[in-house]
Amino acid sequence: MIIIPLSRREALARMIAAAALAGSLDLEVFAAGEPQGFGDDPNLLEKEIPWPRALSEGERRTTTALADVILPADELGPAASTVGVTDFIDEWVSAPYPQQQREGKIIREGLAWIETAAMKHFGKSFAAADVTEQSKLLDEIIDRQSGARVMNFSDCFAIGLPALTLRRRKVGRRSVTLETFPWRSFPGPHRKRSVTLDWPDSPSF
Amino acid sequence: MALLQTSKTRAEPYDAIVVGSGAAGGIAAYVLAKAGAKVLMLEAGRNYDPAKETPMFQSNADAPLRNAGTPQKPRGYFDATIGGWVVKGEPYLVQNRKSGEWMEGAVADRMNTVQNFMWWRARMLGGRTNHWGRVSLRMGPLDFKPRSTDGLGFDWPISYEDVAPYYDKVEQIVGIFGSKENLENNPDSDYFLPPPKPRAYELLLARGAKKMGWPAIPARMAILTKPFNGRSQCLYATSCARGCSVRANFQSTTVLLPPALDTGNLDILPNAMASRVTFDGRGRADGIIYIDKTTGEEKRANGKAVILAASACETARILLNTRPANFPNGLGNSSGHLGRWLTDSTGSDLSGQIPALENMPLHNEDGVSTMHLYIPWTPDRQKIASKLGVPRGFYMEWSGGREMPGLNPPLEFVGDAYGSKLKREARRYFGSFVNILARGEMIPNEQSYCEIDPERKDRWGIPILRFHFQRGEAELKQAAYMQQAFAEIIEASGGRVIGEPIRDGAKAITAGGSVNHEMGVTRMSSRAEDGVTNSYGQLWDCPNVVVADGGVFVSSPFKTPTLTIMALAWRACEHLLDVSKKGELG
Repeated sequence: MIIIPLSRREALARMIAAAALAGSLDLEVFAAGEPQGFGDDPNLLEKEIPWPRALSEGERRTTTALADVILPADELGPAASTVGVTDFIDEWVSAPYPQQQREGKIIREGLAWIETAAMKHFGKSFAAADVTEQSKLLDEIIDRQSGARVMNFSDCFAIGLPALTLRRRKVGRRSVTLETFPWRSFPGPHRKRSVTLDWPDSPSF
Repeated sequence: MALLQTSKTRAEPYDAIVVGSGAAGGIAAYVLAKAGAKVLMLEAGRNYDPAKETPMFQSNADAPLRNAGTPQKPRGYFDATIGGWVVKGEPYLVQNRKSGEWMEGAVADRMNTVQNFMWWRARMLGGRTNHWGRVSLRMGPLDFKPRSTDGLGFDWPISYEDVAPYYDKVEQIVGIFGSKENLENNPDSDYFLPPPKPRAYELLLARGAKKMGWPAIPARMAILTKPFNGRSQCLYATSCARGCSVRANFQSTTVLLPPALDTGNLDILPNAMASRVTFDGRGRADGIIYIDKTTGEEKRANGKAVILAASACETARILLNTRPANFPNGLGNSSGHLGRWLTDSTGSDLSGQIPALENMPLHNEDGVSTMHLYIPWTPDRQKIASKLGVPRGFYMEWSGGREMPGLNPPLEFVGDAYGSKLKREARRYFGSFVNILARGEMIPNEQSYCEIDPERKDRWGIPILRFHFQRGEAELKQAAYMQQAFAEIIEASGGRVIGEPIRDGAKAITAGGSVNHEMGVTRMSSRAEDGVTNSYGQLWDCPNVVVADGGVFVSSPFKTPTLTIMALAWRACEHLLDVSKKGELG
């Protein structure tokens, strides 16, 4: 486990909040109803998400487009949306827990702002804009923060990487991680490194 | 005899009623049933079968919200805990650290909470052993005699030599990897299984730590690196916190209860919430009143002895709620010590990034899921620390490397990148982050105790606990010293600290109870006036009631309590059998 000062949720929330603040907004209120959740004793072997998804088709399209600008298909792997990032964001913002409700509201405000900005700048929806236009919009937002790093699209990496790794079997086991691969014994560090460590039997790595 | 589906018990009166099924209850059932005693185990939670219920190879993606913590599953969907900081209908009260007002214990972040105390409870067969950290360190000779060593805290009525034979017995059942190091006050085991090789980041940290005078050695964990007593060895692929369906780590449910059940002498009754102890006309305990949670009805189970292994504070609660005419302040409380001297291990942590680990070639670093190395505390280190005003020690462990990314990637390192650049940066940094964490000793103090709230009851009608808790100056200084050590080690390893080490110990230290090592509230003593039990866990007030859990601890060494709880429970039960045979129980 790695603990770091800025949580993914905070980072994502900040990004979208900053995006929201960058323009005028007329926002619908995110209503989550009574928290039900999966309870305190769910069946851990089954992934059942009992809450309905909140994102509209339009919001999903914006999310997909945004995710694929942030994590596009390239030689390192597939685009974020093709490995389930949109569904994951929808699952997250729709969850009935306080943290997700709080962040869901901010995220949906941000999606609305991005859509409005795209219409204003390009006369079309963010999803319909080409990559150059989409990137221009993202760059503009980053610039408008004057380097204050309030708005950081790279934070959305947090959305993408887990989804990429979760489908690792489809994109190849060696794509990102080798997790949940059983071993007869633990092999120790990789040997292709030139640092020699002063541990009995330790390889160079 | 076996798992009972209803509250109709079958072999009454039992020789012993064991309350709780975790580390202490599991050992009690194992030792007593193996010796031929007829045992009824009451568990407040439901039956739980790790072989059928453990999500072994599920990826985080196979959990809702990618296994993120939620109020209903605070340590993630896959964590082998039913319960946690909050158990529905079973509240406890804590104080708001700022206002002093009483409030119900809630789901909280241990480093950032207004609660003075947090209480983790597992309502399931096997209790907290299903998800515990598996750190298995023997207490050393000095840990039993802290007051004689430095004048602080209290001495135990027993010494290391009294417990050592029981460590031997426990280790031969549990299975612990480690290495013989012959370090003062850190006793080795003759039964260590071979430790796994260190990971790359562990070797780097160990090298940095050594430079700074903090030598690292192989960790000592209740995880099998070889097949052991018919159990499979570790697969080096899954998280121990989920439990283990192949029994490669220690859980009461997989290691202690099956052989105890095989004797035919053990009945286990789940969903049975113990409320109080009952007595015969001669002042001897003769059973337990419990609530059958499936019906809400109050029931009674009869036994010739009662073993309380419900976890330290739950055991104290049962005793405080047992108020026969001759013990109006609670059974075991004639000395006034019941509920007092509450401690929890101290803790703190710091993260860093090590450039040498960037762009590592692809390789697996899952290992046993916990650390493979750790940094113990030795008397030599204590001499250095004492000069800095830090009277008690801690051990350090770490995590990091190329494990499955969680939901908190350290994004500030990738700047404003997006697109392919972001993906390249992610690969560069993945696996280069480390976190060092410490667990330390707390000296018992007068301000830390639990008591029964005069008004509130839980949904079963049982009066609830409220907690007073305060860290002492020693713990705050220790936490600041931990932070300094973390930073030294990260920097000596060629890394940089993320953020700043925290210099204010009050901000660096974990909230009371949040490390889940509650101890001391039914402490043992050599004289009846100084504690709640004798050195065998028998209540001074009533010798056929035995406390087998961490409540009997007199101090709370950095060694963490589980292994010692099991050794002491074994010793207590063996003694109970001995005195029963001799007819000395009255």
